[in-house]
Amino acid sequence: MTVNLGSVSDRKNPTDPPVLEIDHLKVTFATDSGDVYAVNDVSLDVRAGEVLAIVGESGSGKTVTAKTILGLLPETATSGGAVLINGNNVISVSASKLRQIRGRDVAMVFQEPSTALNPVFTVGWQIAEGIRAHSGGPDGKRVSAKEAKARAIEALGKVGIPDPEQRVNYYPHQFSGGQKQRVVIAAALALNPGLIVADEPTTALDVTVQAEILGLLRDLRDIYGTSIVLITHNMGVVADLADRVVVMYRGDVVEEATSRVLFAEPKQDYTRKLLAAVPHLGRNSASEGMTQRAHQDGKVLVEARNLTIEYPGRLGSPSFKAVDGVSFTVSEGEVFGLVGESGSGKTTIGRAIAGLNRTTGGSLKVLGYEMLNLKERTFKPLRKDIGFVFQDPAASFNPQLTIGDCVAEPLIIHKNPTPAQARKRVAELLESVQLPASYAERYPHELSGGQRQRASLARALILNPKLLIADEPTSALDVSVQAKVLELFKEIQGGFGFAALFISHDLAVVDILSHWVGVLYKGKLVEQGIGSQVMGAPQHDYTKRLIASLPVPDPDEQAKRRAEHRTLLGI
Amino acid sequence: MSTNSPVAAPTARKASLLKRLPVISHFNKSVGLQRGMLVIGLVLTGIFLLTAAFAPLIAPYSFAQLSDAEGSFATQQPPGGKHLWGTTVGGYDVFSRVVWGSQTAVFVIVVAVILSIFAGVILGLVSGYLGGWLDRILVVVADAIYAFPSLLVAIVMAIVISGGQSSLLGGILAAAFSITVVFIPQYFRVIRAETIRLKAEPFVESAKVVGASSIRIMSRHIYRNATRTLPLIFTLNASEAILTLAALGFLGFGIEPSSASEWGFDLKQALADTTSGIWWTGVFPGLAIVWTVLGLTLVGESINDLNDPRIRGRKRAGSGKSGPVPAAPASLEAESRVL
Repeated sequence: MTVNLGSVSDRKNPTDPPVLEIDHLKVTFATDSGDVYAVNDVSLDVRAGEVLAIVGESGSGKTVTAKTILGLLPETATSGGAVLINGNNVISVSASKLRQIRGRDVAMVFQEPSTALNPVFTVGWQIAEGIRAHSGGPDGKRVSAKEAKARAIEALGKVGIPDPEQRVNYYPHQFSGGQKQRVVIAAALALNPGLIVADEPTTALDVTVQAEILGLLRDLRDIYGTSIVLITHNMGVVADLADRVVVMYRGDVVEEATSRVLFAEPKQDYTRKLLAAVPHLGRNSASEGMTQRAHQDGKVLVEARNLTIEYPGRLGSPSFKAVDGVSFTVSEGEVFGLVGESGSGKTTIGRAIAGLNRTTGGSLKVLGYEMLNLKERTFKPLRKDIGFVFQDPAASFNPQLTIGDCVAEPLIIHKNPTPAQARKRVAELLESVQLPASYAERYPHELSGGQRQRASLARALILNPKLLIADEPTSALDVSVQAKVLELFKEIQGGFGFAALFISHDLAVVDILSHWVGVLYKGKLVEQGIGSQVMGAPQHDYTKRLIASLPVPDPDEQAKRRAEHRTLLGI
Repeated sequence: MSTNSPVAAPTARKASLLKRLPVISHFNKSVGLQRGMLVIGLVLTGIFLLTAAFAPLIAPYSFAQLSDAEGSFATQQPPGGKHLWGTTVGGYDVFSRVVWGSQTAVFVIVVAVILSIFAGVILGLVSGYLGGWLDRILVVVADAIYAFPSLLVAIVMAIVISGGQSSLLGGILAAAFSITVVFIPQYFRVIRAETIRLKAEPFVESAKVVGASSIRIMSRHIYRNATRTLPLIFTLNASEAILTLAALGFLGFGIEPSSASEWGFDLKQALADTTSGIWWTGVFPGLAIVWTVLGLTLVGESINDLNDPRIRGRKRAGSGKSGPVPAAPASLEAESRVL
């Protein structure tokens, strides 16, 4: 298979009418706290055979813009301006006209493939649904069920589902996540629309699967000339796929440029800040220049030997081994990074160390306490030495309590301080995570995501724990916020000197923080070593594949990596 | 990097306590038809409550009064004259009995709902959080009570509690207790379901990781989050409580006319009158029941709709008087200001 590295300019013909033209789009939502301007003034166009990426952080209006293209806004929204698809203004056309445009001229690929497919129908039926919905109009003839199915098989073949004749009769649950996304793309392709709107098409997928889907989308552009509007927050994905990039911030277009120009020389401050915040594998590694494992002279705080954790199966089915014979140690002052894709067992290990999951085999010693057959009463005194930072800062605070109450909770439970002492300590902690002490009076919903995650860190650290477990602490945050939280984490870890188990699916993030990295795959620890060495010269096949799949935010470098990835997979 | 400079709150501070009270906050949120429904419900319920509060002032006679200074009341008098809504076959003044009946209704609702809320919430929290065999037993018992026709349970409880006799307090409490027994499973189920959902929330897990005891987690973290739907169930159950009370009275397990006035009992007495064309003894207590139930149901249903942001109606964007709010308090800027 050839790798298309060609530049965009030769494909783009300026005299062609654009497939999609958005002109001064403005979208306003009615909410309980008044009107919210989600999109202020957005103008852009997409030409045939072009991939236009719309990037921005949460709240930038990128998804709203995408939904407007298909006329999918909720009733509470009011939109102005024009969205022209092949000469039809989506905003003002009638409902029946809009139905004709959807699917035939423009189709959508959603973020979460498992919810975009209806579980009670076969995938073939779902693909055929779109085909049949558009037949039998004033200009078209009816499509028979047989013909629709034949076209569904053809569409499945196009997106690379093996055995489409058989698989067309499968139900969604019989496909893996990546295959489901392929099916969703097949459904979008069924009527050969000129334009596909893909809203975060790979965000819910693992990196290795993401690489496949990105490859598929690229083929669509190259082979069928489909235009794609790619909505994403992931700069690596943009660098991998996009021809042109529109950067949005707070409902406005900040910058528009071809992908290569944008990454090489961003013009606007915001774009520059955004790009600088994106973690880049191999840069800024915590273990840069290390030749042997650090902190080995300290006490071993966590020691897992042949650790096995099983979840009981349903009646009749065998139990599921989430963690299978894993051995590792975490010593005082060390940051141990645990990477793996979804289902690899990384979160299960973290939760087991905190006593939230029970271990079922092997040995797991946490601060000298054997976690097999854990007794809450005897483990409780040790809890003050373990801090835990959860993934979603919005959900890990009780919405009814103030930040101060939440942060003080561990102190109140273990030390029984006077209210004044508690307040003083909370203020100290908030200060050390760089939040004003006055934030103690606020409720969690009054803080931004990054601020909440800092408060969460403050809560985990208030008792000066020896061990901190951070389970995907930055994956719910925007890149720019993530960069600051990571920096803070690094700084505080240096200051407080606690040991940490840092769990993440993002290799680049793990590399920034961890001295020692373990790679989990299907419950097994396939590789561990010094961070920079694991990332730079992976030994295990899976690690190699994982690192090769990770797109880097640099179009030229990414093109090279893509070629390497293909040779690695033997295509 | 100016640390510790207080930044303006990203969202508005909590509104005043008054504005956060259940019904008032709902009223402020509502528009159009939903507000109309809520207002009608509130007016009906308000009149009902006022009548109950000022029954001694409104009613010309006592609920058990059969005579005044001028001698015994005439029986089966049509509305008009001395007796606004006429008199019953026993010689009671219909208007006075309907007015006094509202007091009984309020009393029974309050006792029944409070008892069932307390028992239901505590059982639901414990059962949902601790789980295990206790949970299974409680769920089976609740299901068993559910499986019984609720009126039958109420009748059995009325017999058990008062032995069929009824003084004022005994009768009211018997009615209230029997309604309580029927309602506990409802509260139990709602709170248990919420507790089970909340148990898996990260903030509960974070309390567990910190080492909080089960009692602390239940009382501090789950209780306040699990009981947010209670005002809604309260209003919906209050109307059901009235219907159960009326049914009990209608079947003769209610309160004797000499100890308190009760609409269901009056309806039962009026049953024989209908064939002889005496409509006023039945219509007025019946209307009182409809009035109260309608009012409470409208309030409850409106709250239900308003609690759900997907159903709640809003003014169209761009037409409201409220000033524009810039798009989501973007994190980047807030972050950099703090740093």
